[in-house]
Amino acid sequence: MKVEITTEKIGAGHIMALRGDVDMNTSPDVRKNLGEVFRQGGARALLIDLSGVRYMDSSGIATLVEAMQNCMKRGMRLRLVALSPPVRDVFELARLASVFEIFPGVNEATTGL
Amino acid sequence: MTGTDGPYGLNSVTLTVPSQPKYLYIVRSALYPLLLGAGFGKRDARRIVLAVDEACSNIIRHAYEEDPSGTITVTATDAAGQFTVRLRDYGRKADPSSIAPRNLEDVRPGGLGTHFMGQVFDTVTYDTSEGEGTLLILEKKKQQVKA
Repeated sequence: MKVEITTEKIGAGHIMALRGDVDMNTSPDVRKNLGEVFRQGGARALLIDLSGVRYMDSSGIATLVEAMQNCMKRGMRLRLVALSPPVRDVFELARLASVFEIFPGVNEATTGL
Repeated sequence: MTGTDGPYGLNSVTLTVPSQPKYLYIVRSALYPLLLGAGFGKRDARRIVLAVDEACSNIIRHAYEEDPSGTITVTATDAAGQFTVRLRDYGRKADPSSIAPRNLEDVRPGGLGTHFMGQVFDTVTYDTSEGEGTLLILEKKKQQVKA
């Protein structure tokens, strides 16, 4: 199983959309793509659209926590968008729902940036 | 994947995969319909699959130390009142005294797999009594099944 990663620029920064399984096998790909976004610099925000994620494990969670830490270091906002039911499950189990800024859609997530 | 009348009875399915992350989706894909068939709702089934997947990831990381030449044998047994998943590896034996879920208040990458197993399953048992490796036994009572 693979993960499809698409990244595009928006006014405030970048939006990355993930589709497929974010697991021990594919998390390194997500981390690599996030690294490229951070290297570009100059952004105020990073949005990650999780609506197409069919499965996420703790390595996916770890990748998002690292992204949050990287955003904080750079003064960027990290906003997660449209958590799919499997992602909600893992967030609930990890009790992370209050740690991230989570929005139902891209329009809501870009408000105020 | 085999149905078996072996040591765990007719209601068991056994699957062996290499100790490589790219094969874990096969375990997930096999387990999910078995859980639905056993009467678990979709949410519970997803959580059980997650916990078993985390157990496999831990075996790859800690028992085999990412050596891809090992195997993980997963046996799922749907018995009256209980669903049991047994994971057999032949890597470094687990040391149950050193395995503990981390404090969730400490938000950092890593260390969640053990927490997920403990949250999802009623009992988590590490059996290191036989030869090489570890038999990890994960048990979930079916009366706790929620729609």
